[in-house]
Amino acid sequence: MLWLALHFPALSLEVFTRGSASALPLAVVEKQGNRTWVIARNDPAAERGVRPGMAASAAQALADELVVRQRDPGDEQAALTGLAAWAGRFTPSVSLQAPDGLLLEVGTCLTLHRGLDNLRARVREGVDAMAYSATSACAPTALGAWLLAQAGEETAVDANALEARLARLPVGLLDLSPDTRESLDLVGAHTLGDCLKLPRAGLARRYGQGLLDQLDRALGRLPEPRAFFAPPPRFERRLELPAPVEHAEALLFVARRLLPELEGYLALRQAGVQALEYVCRHEGRPDTVLKLGFVKPVRAASRMLLLLRETLERTVLPAPVYAVRLRARRLQPLHGSSPDLFQRGEEAGDGDLLLERLRVRLGRDAVYGVEAVADHRPERAWRRCEAGTRTKPAAAPKRPLWLLPRPLPCRNGDLVLKGAVERIESGWWDGRDATRDYYVAQDRAGARLWVYCERATGEWFVHGLFA
Amino acid sequence: MSAALESVLQHPGIWRGKQLAQASEETLSTGFAELDAELPGGGWPRGTLTEILLEREGIGELRLLLPALARVSGQSAWLAWVAPPHVPYAPALAASGIRLERLLIARPQSPADAWWTAEQALRSGACGAVLNWLEMPDEKRMRRLQLGAESGRSWGVLFRSAAAAQERSPAGLRLRLEPRPDGLAVHILKRRGNPLGRPLHLDLRPAGSGPASTLSTGPARKTASHAS
Repeated sequence: MLWLALHFPALSLEVFTRGSASALPLAVVEKQGNRTWVIARNDPAAERGVRPGMAASAAQALADELVVRQRDPGDEQAALTGLAAWAGRFTPSVSLQAPDGLLLEVGTCLTLHRGLDNLRARVREGVDAMAYSATSACAPTALGAWLLAQAGEETAVDANALEARLARLPVGLLDLSPDTRESLDLVGAHTLGDCLKLPRAGLARRYGQGLLDQLDRALGRLPEPRAFFAPPPRFERRLELPAPVEHAEALLFVARRLLPELEGYLALRQAGVQALEYVCRHEGRPDTVLKLGFVKPVRAASRMLLLLRETLERTVLPAPVYAVRLRARRLQPLHGSSPDLFQRGEEAGDGDLLLERLRVRLGRDAVYGVEAVADHRPERAWRRCEAGTRTKPAAAPKRPLWLLPRPLPCRNGDLVLKGAVERIESGWWDGRDATRDYYVAQDRAGARLWVYCERATGEWFVHGLFA
Repeated sequence: MSAALESVLQHPGIWRGKQLAQASEETLSTGFAELDAELPGGGWPRGTLTEILLEREGIGELRLLLPALARVSGQSAWLAWVAPPHVPYAPALAASGIRLERLLIARPQSPADAWWTAEQALRSGACGAVLNWLEMPDEKRMRRLQLGAESGRSWGVLFRSAAAAQERSPAGLRLRLEPRPDGLAVHILKRRGNPLGRPLHLDLRPAGSGPASTLSTGPARKTASHAS
């Protein structure tokens, strides 16, 4: 087993900041007892002197423009779930370490990702792209990796070095009661190494089996069963924006944060998505719902982003947007494509992508295919269909390549009729009967026309061009 | 001529006044031997814009392209028709060997959208051929199409009025068509190499069909009658 632990120390802050590129000073506060404290702040707030542990009122006094948000554990959990879904692109074995960590079993997928270094680099890129910050550590045990990551050690440790590396970590990283922590401090056991040097029996008697078990699990002397993340049946993510936005570019920016989660989710579900909804919420107005449709199920975030960009360009927002919601609709099974291979196939010569983009800009009705229909009336012998629809070839007598959408009246005298007449008499049963004699004709300019004489009236019409 | 010079002259970027350029681009046979013989590389050029100028529609401008279009549609590439002036008639297209499921028709609302569509279709690399009937052509827009065709390695065709024959054009191949009984006169206004002074005469009649008769007296043939 090889575990990659990701610790997101600033998660409580990042759930508020990652929806925007601009950095307003922002502090997250939490009520403890009857006082409200700052528990996290971003860099611009730090520059104004806001510190964790400060009273909320004091922080507000330091900077008027400071945005203060109540800590939102529900949002943090949703963010962690989103991250777990995203991590699904690397390995199917993802375990949540609430409230701010993930553990990925990566031993089985190293070949796929061309080695641990490569994998860690891609994990780091992904975390950056979603505007989170994390430390990642690798170790043969889940708890060992998690302790290293929590200690902020960006490292990969093998079984031989594990004990030595863990020994240096402060004992405070373990899950202990405050009393235990204090009494360990009193006996001078500050690091895990200090604890390991103490006699095991005494340690268990004095501090409970829990401490010993944690040490054993971290070192791999005790097995540590973990529950793996199971993707929910539906994908829906909401992101609140730090400040309302009006520009398409800003909404695209937000989508860039959310779509990687969807991509990972789809990888876990072995699925692709055919329809997406990007819902923009306005204050006191109905939502703007952007609908994206794909010809075939897709999984790559880059592909979704491309279509969303076109869609946003064609959308007028009635009011500023304060939150967005991304919903996946119509999941379809999609197997056996690692993200890399998949993206490569999409670059050149992708007809589906062209079709999707044309539909977004021109409208669904303006892009279509045609099929032949078995009907003797020429205007009913074809119909529009979805481009790419496989059709049965219909045997057709000699017909012109252009049909006029509406037959044009003409004078017989201007034309030279050629070939034999073809009488078409059909359609009496649906009230659109046609009784016509068709001819091929040549006009004075040399064009070959398809003309007919309406038998009832003797009027002549041009119905097509032999282009 | 020295061998060294000869080898330099073989370079595809060089053409000599009296010769047709050796197209480095892939070409598509037109299906008309006389025309292939006069086109660089022996056919319609891929990765280039072809301009087709005509006085009037319906003289055989599509029949001229059909053999090549049928082959392109057989290669599972899309065949895009941008802003066609009439209804592309499915029964006739199918009968001429075009696989309808590869046909993509776009009817943009505005000329600007139409030019955008043409460029995207050419550039996408997904279309073997893109046929365009576009309003308000100008050199800049056409240059964009030419570049789109190059980068998507697609065969772009732009139909224009014959009045544009005197205008400058970035298209790599320009033909002017005139109706002839049973066929077309094709004037090659521009190709890589020297222009062709005389028009080519192409017979567009399907093989085996006899000369047309002027007439309309014979008994009418009933195609369908649903009396029961």
